[in-house]
Amino acid sequence: MTPVMPSDFDPRNAEPEDFISPGLPVDEANTTGRLPIGDPEQIPDPAEVEVPEDLREQIQQVVDKYPDKDHKGSPKSAAIPVLWIVQRRYGWCTPAGIVQAACVMQVTPAYLESVASFYDLLRTSPQGEHQVLVCTNLACWMRGGDQLLDSFCEKTGADREAAGHGGSLSEDGNILVSGFECLGACDLAPMASVDERYFGPLENGDASTIVDQLEAGEEVLPEKALEKRGLAGGVAESTDPRVTEGKGPNR
Amino acid sequence: MIEETRVLLRHAEDPKMATLAGYESYGGYEVLKKALKEIEPEWIVNELEDSGLRGRGGAGFSMGKKVSFLPHTDDAKYLCCNADESEPGAFKDRELMQRNPHQLIEGIIISSFAAGIGHAFIFIRGEYDDQADILDRAVEEAYEAGYLGTNILGSGFSLELVVHRGAGAYICGEETALLDALEGKRGNPRLKPPFPAVQGLYGGPTLINNVETLSNVSHIVANGADWFKSFGTEQSPGTKVVSVSGCVKRPGNYEVELGVSLRDLIYGLAGGPLEGHEITAFYPGGSSSPVLTPAEMDLPYSFEAMADAGSMLGSGSIIVADDSVSIPRMALRTAHFYRHESCGKCTPCREGTNWTEKMLERVCTGEATPMDLDIISSVQDNIMGHCLCVLGDAMAMPVSSMVNKFRDEFEETIAEEASKAWSGSLDGLTESPGRDEPGGEEPGPGGVSPEHVRRQRLAGRGVPAGEDV
Ligand SMILES: Cc1cc2nc3c(=O)[nH]c(=O)nc-3n(C[C@H](O)[C@H](O)[C@H](O)COP(=O)(O)O)c2cc1C
Ligand code: SF4
Ligand code: FES
Repeated sequence: MTPVMPSDFDPRNAEPEDFISPGLPVDEANTTGRLPIGDPEQIPDPAEVEVPEDLREQIQQVVDKYPDKDHKGSPKSAAIPVLWIVQRRYGWCTPAGIVQAACVMQVTPAYLESVASFYDLLRTSPQGEHQVLVCTNLACWMRGGDQLLDSFCEKTGADREAAGHGGSLSEDGNILVSGFECLGACDLAPMASVDERYFGPLENGDASTIVDQLEAGEEVLPEKALEKRGLAGGVAESTDPRVTEGKGPNR
Repeated sequence: MIEETRVLLRHAEDPKMATLAGYESYGGYEVLKKALKEIEPEWIVNELEDSGLRGRGGAGFSMGKKVSFLPHTDDAKYLCCNADESEPGAFKDRELMQRNPHQLIEGIIISSFAAGIGHAFIFIRGEYDDQADILDRAVEEAYEAGYLGTNILGSGFSLELVVHRGAGAYICGEETALLDALEGKRGNPRLKPPFPAVQGLYGGPTLINNVETLSNVSHIVANGADWFKSFGTEQSPGTKVVSVSGCVKRPGNYEVELGVSLRDLIYGLAGGPLEGHEITAFYPGGSSSPVLTPAEMDLPYSFEAMADAGSMLGSGSIIVADDSVSIPRMALRTAHFYRHESCGKCTPCREGTNWTEKMLERVCTGEATPMDLDIISSVQDNIMGHCLCVLGDAMAMPVSSMVNKFRDEFEETIAEEASKAWSGSLDGLTESPGRDEPGGEEPGPGGVSPEHVRRQRLAGRGVPAGEDV
């Protein structure tokens, strides 16, 4: 039975022992308003949870890479990579996916959920098929990152306010648009990460092109992709003898 | 104009370099073979210490010393390469991993060999998906070639290397939070001591170094400490990949000897300010370094010179602001970032970042008074040195430097925004509330009471829109 706090309970007039829920031993009791809601969550029973075979293999493979795989009760190192696997498979960290992962890892679902909710890139609510992260941190902001985010919101119908605070889905639910902190590509400012690949420097008009390309399933702005960029200083042949006569790698 | 001194980025424009065959064609993995065959681990540790190589991830601590701190026991020891690179302004590790992943891997293997480490990790930020894929491929190649795994090249030395992707949290770059994240927990910093070198990952001795630090290792082992010391200054030997961004013509990564002048970096290599603009301030070492002004442009770019100027070299990332950038809003952006990334474990950081952001918001909407600037400064003083990790300080230092050095601009912003808000609130009114309206004691211009204006403003009305920060 779940203990219930009496409805006329007034903490201002209560005696210390009134804070202890009736019928519960003291060490299991909680303070006012936070009564235990039943049994602690259990590690999912492999006999009860159905896990797709390929998913199980994928997860087990990752767990086995870490030295703590044999630690009794705490083989947790793989938590983040495993949540990545769940997210890649189901689009986001779905409750069902988390239970399956927890079952293979033999940890509680709540544990994985607490990890997922800590990290910005792991999503605990549905996200679109595509993600656009627009950097609005210092360097990008100086070069127009806010306006770029505006343009993405205008084009997709995502809510600008929500996009600036964790992300917002486009009107059709296909694209997640989110303002983001520095993505480590300030040389491309203002830039965006589109489906985990970097593009920049972008003009406001590029937002519309990118969204159209995503919807048509085309390659996104190839000429502005990070991977196509050379070094900022161009090709430079060293003349310094310490460099040219070096005995290490990069000879 | 100065030239780059490319050691780590040499031949990096060649796409071949990202593959094992390409790296080997430029002499890659030769040092490793030699080291495993004929070099004593102690010699490597000594040479690293002697070279004076300082950590490239922020704190600038001697890499060789850190290695020598690891106990010489048979306990399982670990190496974690810090590739989290989430400090605003920093993007050098991205370039190094993308263009030359094997240089990093070779550095990791040699460092592990020197310190008797059997398990190594590269903790890469989740956003760097492309680079993580590149590393995954490179690690696979290295396993196939026998440079990783058990009994490497028949030497009896074994090493496992795992590429571990993070999932978006700046705090995971802090070394002890990184360990927690690697252990599969929420990334919260730990109390130090014990330092990771003594008790780190899974409680074992752990060496944590930045990507660039480790990328230097094979060069030092191949050429010796004296060769390394011939670059840079006495206290800052070597070359440094410097990320320059913000309001400059050619933002990007430039590898230079430490000790070149800031002017050469910002005006020379990065091309100087954009047409028609002037530089007003810059962060010399990422967003957590106190800002410098053009008056300090001729300082040498070295750990010691930046510290003497009251700032720091940090990760080696220069963010340049010009006259189009509002310094108070820049301070607000900075505070906003740290407020968002604070893990919340300690009060001065959690509350301090939150209130600093709120107060700066008030500055930028004209609701603050000049006295609030003193309060902002005192809050920063109370954060510094009072937190578990240095994330709190990382906000306090730049914010307080901006308030101190650009106080006039803060005061002007307050005055300007306040008058805008005042006239804005007049525009928004259709009817003047009279004396008998609630709260309408003293009518202001146009019969509007100051109290009414204040309420309008508090309710978010009559404040110019579009200042969404
Ligand atoms: C909040 C915070 C974030 C940090 N982020 C990074 C980072 O992204 N990359 C990094 O190499 N070091 C980072 N550091 C520094 C690390 O704690 C650590 O000093 C460094 O990885 C050691 O390597 P090094 O000696 O080679 O520099 C950060 C420190 C703090 C306090
Ligand atoms: S200083 Fe901030 S980020 Fe660091 S441990 Fe404390 S609350 Fe967390
Ligand atoms: S500020 Fe936008 S990527 Fe760094």
